[in-house]
Amino acid sequence: MANSFLSIEKLTQRYPDGKGGEFTVFENASFGIEKGEFVCILGHSGCGKSTIMNILAGLSEPTKGVVKMDGFAVSGPSLDRGVVFQNYSLLPWLTALKNVTFGVAARFPDWTKQQVEDHSIAFLDKVGLSGDAIHRKPSQLSGGMRQRVSIARAFANEPKLLLLDEPFGALDALTRGTIQEELLKVWSGTDQTVFMITHDIDEAILLADRILLMTNGPLARVAESVEITISRPRVRTDIVEHPNYYAIRNHLVQFLGKRSAELAGQVSAEGETHSPETVRIDKTQDAAGEQPLLQAVKT
Amino acid sequence: MELLSENKRAAIWSVLLLFVGLFVWEMSISAQAINTGELTEYELLTGAGTAKAGVPPPSEVAVKAWQELSNPFYDAGPNDKGIGIQIGYSIYRVLTGYFLAAIIAIPLGFLIGMSSVAYKALNPFIQVLRPISPLAWMPLALFIIQDSEASAIFVIFICSIWPMLLNTAFGVAGVREDWVNVARTHELGAFKTAFTVVLPAAAPTIVTGMRISIGIAWLVIVAAEMLVGGTGIGYYVWNEWNNLDLTSVIFSILMIGVVGMLLDAAFGLLQRRVAYVE
Repeated sequence: MANSFLSIEKLTQRYPDGKGGEFTVFENASFGIEKGEFVCILGHSGCGKSTIMNILAGLSEPTKGVVKMDGFAVSGPSLDRGVVFQNYSLLPWLTALKNVTFGVAARFPDWTKQQVEDHSIAFLDKVGLSGDAIHRKPSQLSGGMRQRVSIARAFANEPKLLLLDEPFGALDALTRGTIQEELLKVWSGTDQTVFMITHDIDEAILLADRILLMTNGPLARVAESVEITISRPRVRTDIVEHPNYYAIRNHLVQFLGKRSAELAGQVSAEGETHSPETVRIDKTQDAAGEQPLLQAVKT
Repeated sequence: MELLSENKRAAIWSVLLLFVGLFVWEMSISAQAINTGELTEYELLTGAGTAKAGVPPPSEVAVKAWQELSNPFYDAGPNDKGIGIQIGYSIYRVLTGYFLAAIIAIPLGFLIGMSSVAYKALNPFIQVLRPISPLAWMPLALFIIQDSEASAIFVIFICSIWPMLLNTAFGVAGVREDWVNVARTHELGAFKTAFTVVLPAAAPTIVTGMRISIGIAWLVIVAAEMLVGGTGIGYYVWNEWNNLDLTSVIFSILMIGVVGMLLDAAFGLLQRRVAYVE
């Protein structure tokens, strides 16, 4: 884990609780993400997902612990770590295209104006935005189109790590479905490493290589790392037929429904590292042998 | 059934109201009868036979306006200058004081908006200085600056600084955290962030402050020029009052209104240009 592309080591976040004491959101959380991996993190509100995201983005500082990318400790925001915020965070006085060129020009300062624009248009096209729409202001675009612009802005910058903070949270279910597919399409052409927060189990299964499960806060921890043993490319309508789909889904539902609360609030011994337990559910192999449905592999 | 658009109907009503108003004005004045009966010598001596100096009817004002506006830039000595020259002086003073105020208020407002320490440190001064009537500064300004022209500009400066300062601070402080985070994740420096994110985000609020300021400045210049004298539309109004030329007084009042409207419209245009919808 220590030599992962991105490694989160003994991350602890505490806030003053207003009564002179301290409130620990999470403690000694450690996990790693490999290059090119798509990792989703699932957990209830208040377990510190967004805090982890902000620390990875460099927008806030942890109380303790380090985040290392490519072996170097991360401090402060950087163009190497792109962020897609839940509320799109497009600049409303710029057109969709200008919002993307804004980012690209910051990322590649020695490019000509034409290069910046061509690059931006290409990425807007990848998320299905072209023609007249890219010259409109965000207020003239639908929520789905705005989030597409935001995704295009993040991908066009080609960051080493892409952070998505519940990017589809504010969208209706149908729009969400299409944009998830756009996201998969854009991502599959790259070796982009993605870390995404979500509340949606089906979304996580569709998109992720691995899902990190967090217990409830306070004293939350990343308890499990569930591998998604469904081969790519994935199509929403096909993966539900996959033998592993419901097994994984049930595991996730059980965790979020019951075990996340049972595992919550465990005070750890000094210096103890909370690494997630790797869970691999693969029923395609179970059909041959008489193996248990659920295997826990301690790493 | 709507035969005409809303704007057209409103325009018809405006014109109608104007004519009704002018008609009532004209009628009420010509109704003032002149004493034409037999007069004693004493009455003739005291001027009872001539018309009393009264409010002129609109027709006279219109004739005056035509005369003045057909030759607005004549200069026949200190007390007889064209209306264009007088308004020109006033606009020059307003714009000079106003832009001096903007040069200070907008950067200072940025600082106050960005730093809560600066806000808390400067707030007591702002709260004490802001409610002072700009004309109350006049004696002090005249004494220190010793120049009536510069004192008038100073009065404009001091009255237009506050709305710009407070609106800039308010606009800058209210810039959404997300937009600042966008700048941070794109590694923009402080200046780049200020100009590409904070300034456009706060621009509508800043321009609103500028619009309020120019309105106040135009209100104040008339009063200031009445005090300092010499030139300007305010001086012109007071001078014509001393001449008891009420036609000119009414005409210049109207001109003050028209110029004020144009100044406001210019900033309205600017406001529309920087506006955005979230």
